[in-house]
Amino acid sequence: MHNLTLPISEEQIRQLRVGDTVSLTGTIYTARDAAHKYMVENFIQGEPPATEREMLAELEQGLSGGVIYHCGPIVRKDESGKWHFVAAGPTTSIREEPYEYQVIERFGVRAVIGKGGMADKTLQACGDHGAVYLHAIGGAASLIARSVVEVIGLFKEEFGLPEAFWKIRVEDFQCVVTMDSHGGSLHKEVEALSERNLQEILK
Amino acid sequence: MNPVKIDLRESLLELVRRASTQLPDDVTRSLHEGLLHERVGDAAASALKIVLENVALAAEQNTPICQDTGTPIFVIHHPFGYSQRAIAADVEWAVITATEHSYLRPNAVDSVTGKNSGNNIGSGLPSLHFHEWEQEEIRIDLLLKGGGSENVGGQYALPSAPLSAGRDLEGVRRVVLDAVFKAQGKGCGPGIIGVGIGGDRPHSAWVAKEQLFRLLGDVNEDSELAELEQQLLAEGNRLGIGPMGFGGATTLLGVKVGAAHRLPASYFVSIAYLCWAARRASLTFNNGEVTFA
Repeated sequence: MHNLTLPISEEQIRQLRVGDTVSLTGTIYTARDAAHKYMVENFIQGEPPATEREMLAELEQGLSGGVIYHCGPIVRKDESGKWHFVAAGPTTSIREEPYEYQVIERFGVRAVIGKGGMADKTLQACGDHGAVYLHAIGGAASLIARSVVEVIGLFKEEFGLPEAFWKIRVEDFQCVVTMDSHGGSLHKEVEALSERNLQEILK
Repeated sequence: MNPVKIDLRESLLELVRRASTQLPDDVTRSLHEGLLHERVGDAAASALKIVLENVALAAEQNTPICQDTGTPIFVIHHPFGYSQRAIAADVEWAVITATEHSYLRPNAVDSVTGKNSGNNIGSGLPSLHFHEWEQEEIRIDLLLKGGGSENVGGQYALPSAPLSAGRDLEGVRRVVLDAVFKAQGKGCGPGIIGVGIGGDRPHSAWVAKEQLFRLLGDVNEDSELAELEQQLLAEGNRLGIGPMGFGGATTLLGVKVGAAHRLPASYFVSIAYLCWAARRASLTFNNGEVTFA
């Protein structure tokens, strides 16, 4: 088990290989479909609008050496107005494939957590910029919510609660490296293996 | 004649709570069996262990098994004399209240404006399917059908030359295996596959979806389909995709096949993929008494 505490250095990432398990501790951000589209349209494809400068500063500070979690949580607000994560498993990552390379490059993201894996462009970003894809266990939402020890902030609430950016502090968030910074992808390996098996079955 | 007056609101809320927080026993058992087939120390075994740990924790804490509480699909069988509109109103109340209690995530997004309704009510949501039947009781079956697995389902029109799939059960077999292969781990496997053969496009898709309400251990009344289900389960597991697509022996927990009549011109095969978090629950209302299963 590799214990990683945020922020993560490139050197730490380069040590990770497909199949390694990691335990993450520190402050990370959830971001899924609307959030990725927003980041690319506002901060990558041109001049950031004046209205979004604070958000930009937040992301530049928080995502450098940081972690993005593909997740749309179920949350609860307590009497004092504080948010809590009730259920927070990963969502399918491949939907962010068109955006992730640029997001990793622009903000210096070191790890992306999700499920189902991502494709060639993101694998390329992992190699080019020193990042990894971490697979959380899909559906293990109550268990993962327990490792979210604090909800620090909520940004872009107008995207809807599942789609907003949640800034959270996690402790011992366990994942498996399924795409590393050396071109390794468990998803590619399993796809190739299962394709051979399929041909065999259909012979 | 006036419809029979009943108030199912609190019972329906309890039904949603149960579905969201308690995995059905047959599915939990099947996951345990899957774990026995994985090599100790493999990512597949560790994934199933975490899944089972999560299932136990969700039940204990009364929190959702998965944050994607999906499409709430209600199938409602009732005798003559009940108002479907009144039952639908009770279901809506239960869904709104369950959302307030964090048993459901707000999941209804306006496809034109992109705005989330915030309470799981929207055009087509929750998904309601009414049937009048001969029996005296009302039976309501609920499935919380996750979105990630819904995305890897699909529909084939046979024949398919690239898949060498003709218009027969051998053709069905080929396209189902193609769908399981293409899904890889993206549907949160180990999955349960519902297959709908025949019908027009929407009916074919619904027949596939309906299969997901069946218990894993039940046996298809049609012996040919029963055989196909067994064969596809075994072959699906030989693909080696494994839990979460990590590689391993447990790719599928079940395959359930239904068939409808079709036009001579059409032969549709629909695939509904259900993630391991197969959150179904049922209630029966009889003589004012409610029982849950």
